[in-house]
Amino acid sequence: MATYGSGFDQDGFLRLAREAGERLRGSRRWVWGIGLGIVGLVALSGAYYQVEPDEVALVTRFGRYVRTSEPGPHTKFPFGVERVQKVPVQRQLKQEFGFRTVRADIQSAFRRDEQTTAEATMLTGDLNVATVGWIVQYKISDPYKYLFKLRDVDETFRLMAEASMRSVVGDHSVTELLTVGREAIAAKAKDLLSDLCRRYDNGISVQQLVLQDVDPPEPVKPSFNDVNQAIQERERSINDAWAEYNREIPRARGLAEQSIEAAEGYAVDRVNRAKGDAQRFVAQEEQYRKAPEVTRSRLYLETMSEVLPRAGKKLILDDKTRGLLPLFPLGNAGEAKP
Amino acid sequence: MTLRGWSLAGGAALLALITLSSTFYTVSETEQVVITQFGQPIGQAITTPGLHVKLPFAQEANVFDKRWLEWNGNPNQLPTRDKKYIWVETYARWRIADPLLFFQRLRDERGAQSRLDDIIDGDTRNVIANHNLIEVVRTSNRTFERSDDVEDVMDEEAVRQVELGRDKITRLILERASRVVPDYGIELVDVQIQRVNYIESVQAKVFDRMISERKRIADRHRSEGQGKSAEIRGRKERELKIIESEAYRKTQEIMGRGDAEATSVYAAGYGRNPELYKFLRSMDTYRVGVDKDSWLVLSTDADLFHYLQSPNAGGPAHKGARPPEK
Repeated sequence: MATYGSGFDQDGFLRLAREAGERLRGSRRWVWGIGLGIVGLVALSGAYYQVEPDEVALVTRFGRYVRTSEPGPHTKFPFGVERVQKVPVQRQLKQEFGFRTVRADIQSAFRRDEQTTAEATMLTGDLNVATVGWIVQYKISDPYKYLFKLRDVDETFRLMAEASMRSVVGDHSVTELLTVGREAIAAKAKDLLSDLCRRYDNGISVQQLVLQDVDPPEPVKPSFNDVNQAIQERERSINDAWAEYNREIPRARGLAEQSIEAAEGYAVDRVNRAKGDAQRFVAQEEQYRKAPEVTRSRLYLETMSEVLPRAGKKLILDDKTRGLLPLFPLGNAGEAKP
Repeated sequence: MTLRGWSLAGGAALLALITLSSTFYTVSETEQVVITQFGQPIGQAITTPGLHVKLPFAQEANVFDKRWLEWNGNPNQLPTRDKKYIWVETYARWRIADPLLFFQRLRDERGAQSRLDDIIDGDTRNVIANHNLIEVVRTSNRTFERSDDVEDVMDEEAVRQVELGRDKITRLILERASRVVPDYGIELVDVQIQRVNYIESVQAKVFDRMISERKRIADRHRSEGQGKSAEIRGRKERELKIIESEAYRKTQEIMGRGDAEATSVYAAGYGRNPELYKFLRSMDTYRVGVDKDSWLVLSTDADLFHYLQSPNAGGPAHKGARPPEK
């Protein structure tokens, strides 16, 4: 009832209201009025419900499922006749195993404790132990089954996820788990979990399963790191050897090439010199043949006149003074006899 | 209305309300109901959800859950057939398949839980005790993929072939446990081995084994590195020797060829007059071979001194050597 409208007979309205009030008070009908009003309010508030964009609502009447409401405002029968259960079907849900996110932020904080360690510790196929952290992302694909099929769906889902992951890890070696097999293991665990969800018919569809930290157990970690270090060392020593090889072999090849070239040079040198010498001799010989005696004597005497002055000590002996010879110490004297 | 009239009306309304609420009962999607009359079960269990009617006061609605219910086993320390002590944690899901029977035998879920404890734990223990550890851990006989870097050193037991594997073991437990539970109106829907872990003392030994395995792997890598690098160095040495010796061979060949050609050239040239060559060569040698430390002992019979004693002797007319000074 608006009282602020323009052109509204305010006085008339007030009078009417007053009269109505007196009439009610007179017959005690106002008690009924208030009672009905309260009942009406309760009915209204119980009849209205709103479904958020990421949910659907399942309505049950006297416990029996009757309909599903999509996002938006809705009404239902009040007084507990119809009840509403909302299920976030659009939301991407996540469960963490082997760790817990304490604070999701740009730099998220994680927590590990006894419980998460128990979740993460598992046996590998080669009977070793590893700790595995992983997450499962899932959606509620069938809200009816999700609500009514299992009593403790979420807890059961966790157990299913643990059983699947352990089953897959149990069929892989610790090396596979830590290195080459990560993706395959995640994929297989996801398949196994999806199968289990289908078998349990729990209305959950698994979207993604991602392996997080996969580590050898704490006491064994240093020896695993040592293996990595050993691999590095192996690579380094092989690389060092190759480096040495690459440094020395080309150099040796170059040196070999050099000595071959030098030998070629030597050979050419020898031949050319020989040719030169021979030519010279031939030329000389041609002239010599014209006057052999004179030339021969000239060459001899020229040589002598050159050689004799150079010698430090000279001794000219006559045949008759042969007895003198033993007097001279001939130790390191060069001997020349024309 | 008088006060008496009011209270009569109120009493009647209350009575009606109580009667109504005792007559009507709801069965939700998650429930099933067994009606008992003075404690005696009447008819079949009601499983369809919705509003239902019963006799007021005389009949009672006993509500049971219709959903799959939880059973989570406690960790049990069990020996396997190969005498490995392990912690096994199982979980099961079950439902009340026959509420009437369930109601008669167990009354409520608490009774069921303790009965399931006995049954499932017992069967788990039996099955595990009859199989080797590897059967509980592995599912198949797939061969492990080998990494390029880390070739595994396998434990002897780990390479043993699996006969059943985890899947079949759990199915075996499920089958055995399922034989008994129908007597309680229970259906066992699934049993899974959730966790298997070594007990602490075994775990310590396993860790030791893992450490020694890794040590072996690391050692192998190191020695492989040393071996490979030695191999490369050896190859280097060999190639160096090949290169050097081939170079030597080639140089000698080439030089030899040069020498040979030079020799033939000399022979061809000097061959025209070997006597002259000998003479010229001797002259050259005298020039080079005599220095200031040399003694020259000459006889006056020599051609050179022919004229030293008499100018009339025949011979080459040229400048003679002077008499010795020292």
